[in-house]
Amino acid sequence: MKGEVLMSRLSIITRDRAQQTIEILYKDLERRIVASPPGLCPIDLTSSFLKMCHAQTCGKCVPCRVGLGQMITLLENVLDGKADLTTIDLIEKTARSIYYSADCAIGYEAANMVLKGIEGFREDFEEHVLRGRCKSELDQTVPCVSLCPAGVDVPGYVALVSEGRYSDAVRLIRKDNPMPVVCALICEHPCETRCRRNMIDDAINIKGLKRFAVDHAGEVPVPKSAPSTGKKVAIIGAGPSGLSAAYYLSLMGHEVEIFEQRRHLGGMLRYGIPNYRLPRETLQKEIDTMLSNGIKVHKEVSIGKDISLEELKSKFDAVYISIGAHTDKKINIGDGETKGIISAVEVLRKTGDHQPLNFEGKNIVVIGGGNVAMDVARSSVRFGAKTVSVVYRRRKIDMTALEDEVEGAIAEGCEILDLHTPVKIEKDENNNIKALWIQPQIIGKIPYDRPVPVDAAIEPRRIECDILITAVGQGVESKDFEKDGIPVTQGVIDALNWSGVKDVPGVYAGGDCVSGPATVIMAIAAGKVAAANIDEYLGFHHIIESDVDVPEPVLWDRIACGRVNLRERDALDRIEDFDLIELGMTEEEAKQESNRCLRCDHFGLGALKGGRTVRW
Amino acid sequence: MVNLIIDNKEISVPEHTTILDAAVQNGILIPNLCYLKDLNEIGACRVCLVEVEGTSRLITSCNNTVKEGIVIHTNSPKVREARQTNVELILSQHDATCAVCVRSGNCGLQTVSNDLGIVDVPYEEKLTHDNWPKDFPLIRDEEKCIKCMRCIQVCDKIQDLNVWDITNTGSRTNVNVSHNRTIDQSDCSLCGQCITHCPVGALRERNDVDKAFDALAQKDKITVVQIAPAVRAAWGENLGIDREFATVKRLVSALRQMGFDFIFDTNFAADLTIMEEGSEFLERLGRAEDKNLPMFTSCCPGWVRFMKSQYPDMVDQLSTAKSPQQMFGAISKTYYADLLDVDPSRIFNISIMPCTAKKYEAGVSVLSDAGVGQDVDLVLTTREISRMIRAEHINLELLEEEEFDMPLGAGTGAGVIFGATGGVMEAALRSAYYLVMGENPDPDAFKEVRGREGWREASFDLAGSKLRVAVASGLGNTRKLMESIRSGESNYDFVEIMACPGGCAGGGGQPIEDGKELAEERAEVLYGLDKVNNLRFSHENPSVLKCYEDYLEKPLSHKSHKLLHTTQRDW
Repeated sequence: MKGEVLMSRLSIITRDRAQQTIEILYKDLERRIVASPPGLCPIDLTSSFLKMCHAQTCGKCVPCRVGLGQMITLLENVLDGKADLTTIDLIEKTARSIYYSADCAIGYEAANMVLKGIEGFREDFEEHVLRGRCKSELDQTVPCVSLCPAGVDVPGYVALVSEGRYSDAVRLIRKDNPMPVVCALICEHPCETRCRRNMIDDAINIKGLKRFAVDHAGEVPVPKSAPSTGKKVAIIGAGPSGLSAAYYLSLMGHEVEIFEQRRHLGGMLRYGIPNYRLPRETLQKEIDTMLSNGIKVHKEVSIGKDISLEELKSKFDAVYISIGAHTDKKINIGDGETKGIISAVEVLRKTGDHQPLNFEGKNIVVIGGGNVAMDVARSSVRFGAKTVSVVYRRRKIDMTALEDEVEGAIAEGCEILDLHTPVKIEKDENNNIKALWIQPQIIGKIPYDRPVPVDAAIEPRRIECDILITAVGQGVESKDFEKDGIPVTQGVIDALNWSGVKDVPGVYAGGDCVSGPATVIMAIAAGKVAAANIDEYLGFHHIIESDVDVPEPVLWDRIACGRVNLRERDALDRIEDFDLIELGMTEEEAKQESNRCLRCDHFGLGALKGGRTVRW
Repeated sequence: MVNLIIDNKEISVPEHTTILDAAVQNGILIPNLCYLKDLNEIGACRVCLVEVEGTSRLITSCNNTVKEGIVIHTNSPKVREARQTNVELILSQHDATCAVCVRSGNCGLQTVSNDLGIVDVPYEEKLTHDNWPKDFPLIRDEEKCIKCMRCIQVCDKIQDLNVWDITNTGSRTNVNVSHNRTIDQSDCSLCGQCITHCPVGALRERNDVDKAFDALAQKDKITVVQIAPAVRAAWGENLGIDREFATVKRLVSALRQMGFDFIFDTNFAADLTIMEEGSEFLERLGRAEDKNLPMFTSCCPGWVRFMKSQYPDMVDQLSTAKSPQQMFGAISKTYYADLLDVDPSRIFNISIMPCTAKKYEAGVSVLSDAGVGQDVDLVLTTREISRMIRAEHINLELLEEEEFDMPLGAGTGAGVIFGATGGVMEAALRSAYYLVMGENPDPDAFKEVRGREGWREASFDLAGSKLRVAVASGLGNTRKLMESIRSGESNYDFVEIMACPGGCAGGGGQPIEDGKELAEERAEVLYGLDKVNNLRFSHENPSVLKCYEDYLEKPLSHKSHKLLHTTQRDW
């Protein structure tokens, strides 16, 4: 081989079979890391990562060639209980020396990883050294179930879908999440992030399968409530959290009354999410089902104005505060008098109350990079805007909005002006906004996990703007509650992890008003937690369970197979209306996709523990 | 019904049957190791692998169910190779010095390995070590643990104590005490169910056999041995003799050959317990207030430990009566020492128990009321006494039946059923009836409390008032019962608890037969012994009556209180 190379002055570099295989293995490893189960020992992982780093070393320089190996030995000593506290110091000193003295990133970044570890999990090091044990516990055995805030039995309902038992799937989901239809359309599906199927090919399309189940289940009545307990619970706010708490509390036999500030129920599901993602009738139908056990609803009642919290506390045995995060955060732009600046919250609230806006012929600029920014941008297209621009100060890939949302907006004609930050507003003689001046940015250093943009050495540019929509986050209307003695920290209600409010017995809080703006499934989970703890507080221990039996897993091999992704209506077609844009799977697709499930409830640690939580 | 083919045999089994069960039901044996029916069906050892035609990867037969039309091979070349590899891998992490293992000859791993004909393990031996407290009654041998997870499962699912768990992660994944505790910090009840469900020698009782031989060797010691009721139903199991042949009288004979000076029956002390506990119950029941009911039995130290760790606020509801083992210990070093006219410090008390928690109980410092050290000096499990018999090379086939020594060798049928769940309750009710009514009931009048259910209840009429009683065995069942009492759902006057499922018959110190729960079979022996006994009431035990007459005066007397009662709170 070498001889051949020497004979020619230059040669084309081809990958040999071994190298090609390694490239495939790199990809396999990437996917495997994605599917890494939660709860592993961080020191064990560091040592394993370091082993790979050491294999990457070219061997030229001392720190990397020798030092990384010595660090592995020291880490293994820690893991094997053969170390003392001076070992940690030696690891740190060695890592520091390698970081400062290695010639290239293969060495110094490997050392940096160890330094981060010593800083990030020193306690784990000490636990191993001083007590010879590991703090990590593998209590999250089924990745999708563990990562779902509500702990929905994902393998269970996926298996039911594969057997065509769609209404059973809905009933099983409702055990932990009473809003399967809503979640089938708009859940951010954290369940899919560490799906073990990634080790073979790609995560299961769990949300898509849920959509198929709810689309084909027909009417599925809710279970009967337990006998009446004679206890009364008030729910403040009819968003997903309040509705979920109300649903479970009423199943437990408590008398539930919901107090809602607005004209319609649903909270952010109605007033924050556009119809094309979650059709209003679909939402209303699910809410009606949830309330069908006789939950009383009072609409357009504001706590602190129409009725006081004190009064509710005296009339009810327990109160759940789930008021969401409905105020818009302001950005420091304009003079307070300029017309044509509105917040995303206002836009979405109007559409929620069936008051469509007319943007016919207007240039719309949206400031923000989250899902709400995309929602208002895409709604603006549907309101007839001439142009829609989204101004965002970081890069497009840094946006917090889901990638599909950003791509959807672009397909619908929105322009993404990333790496631009608004600097000033230009208005006409009537105080109407005319244009927005934006300063180009250069992406900069990464102090922690996201890069910070800074002003680029380019002059600001002007973009036409008739209406400026700000979508830079929401806050909680917590003032009235604070006055009534409910603790508020940094604008959100200070509730404990079991939803109780410290020193205020009988009052619970959860959802966005506690967590700050988050996801629907987190709000639902908070409602579920609150329901369980309110039930206990009221002196009961009702069990919520499902009588659905989960099919036994199939025995055949799991052969690599592509994931079925949902398609959307054609962009040109969908911008004409507010109808649902996402298309469900076909039966053929649902069958194939559901059979991809690895059934971690049965294979792996799920067989021993945590495979299935049948009741709570 | 589902139709399938296993090893070319067409079979038909009900839906949801596991492949392993389907095979066994049709005479096809599949080796397995970690599997325990209904308790541990997790496919961890990967020994019960089978090949399903059309599928490239193998599956475990213990926890996968039959499917219509599948064709299964239990010994295909692929299965054979993978199964053997897995056993070799297990052996590479197992201290296979079988010659010095208590489970040699009775070990799941040894059997599987021998059956597969493994004579050479190609892998490097990699054993891990652990500093386990050697004096604790329960010993875990890290080098032998094969991580089958059975101990975790029995402690979680049957005993509901969660003492064991998976510890560490990755390659260092292990089994050890849960929540990063050490065993002495844990709330282990010492029931020993993890031991009797361990397939290998990783869990065992503290070995006290040497101490017993030492005592026998000391000339100035008077070795007094007591045999617990349940021991007589099981002692021959691992010695290769039939249950019918392995009578308690042959055990007496074996012990005599070994040189024990006096061989007595714990049944005597069980009858004594009934006199004290029954009287205490009637006394509490008769109080105008402060009855402190239900009264709980106190003869099971596993249960007492459970009560102390899980329901500390209810400890005072335990009967203050000591267990039969401890009553025997106190009486033998006082009353019996007087009878022998010897210095009580010369008496060395050994008890043979179906139990591991009894080793703890004997060591409780306040249980030394005779004033000469611990009342019971040494506790041997049924397994340990079997090992001693083997060590002595006693020819079991030639053993003749011999009688207990007297007077502490006298026991009634009421005493012998102490060894089964419900037995203490039944014995107590027989005598309570007599004490209240002045005449004996039909001895079988209270047999409603017998049975296999983990939690049973019954009510009886006693002099016109209704007596509500409950019996539970197994600590998971016990917890359910306790929660029910706490929540006010259940109301009882008297409750019997035994920590082990089925009571002492299924005790953690009993012989082990892998995969079999023998408590019921053994309990039948005990009920049979009750039935044929001429005396079926504790209050008719002549030795007990004599003891009261000559020494204790009467139940709950001052002397009884000093020697036969205790405050469990001080344990």
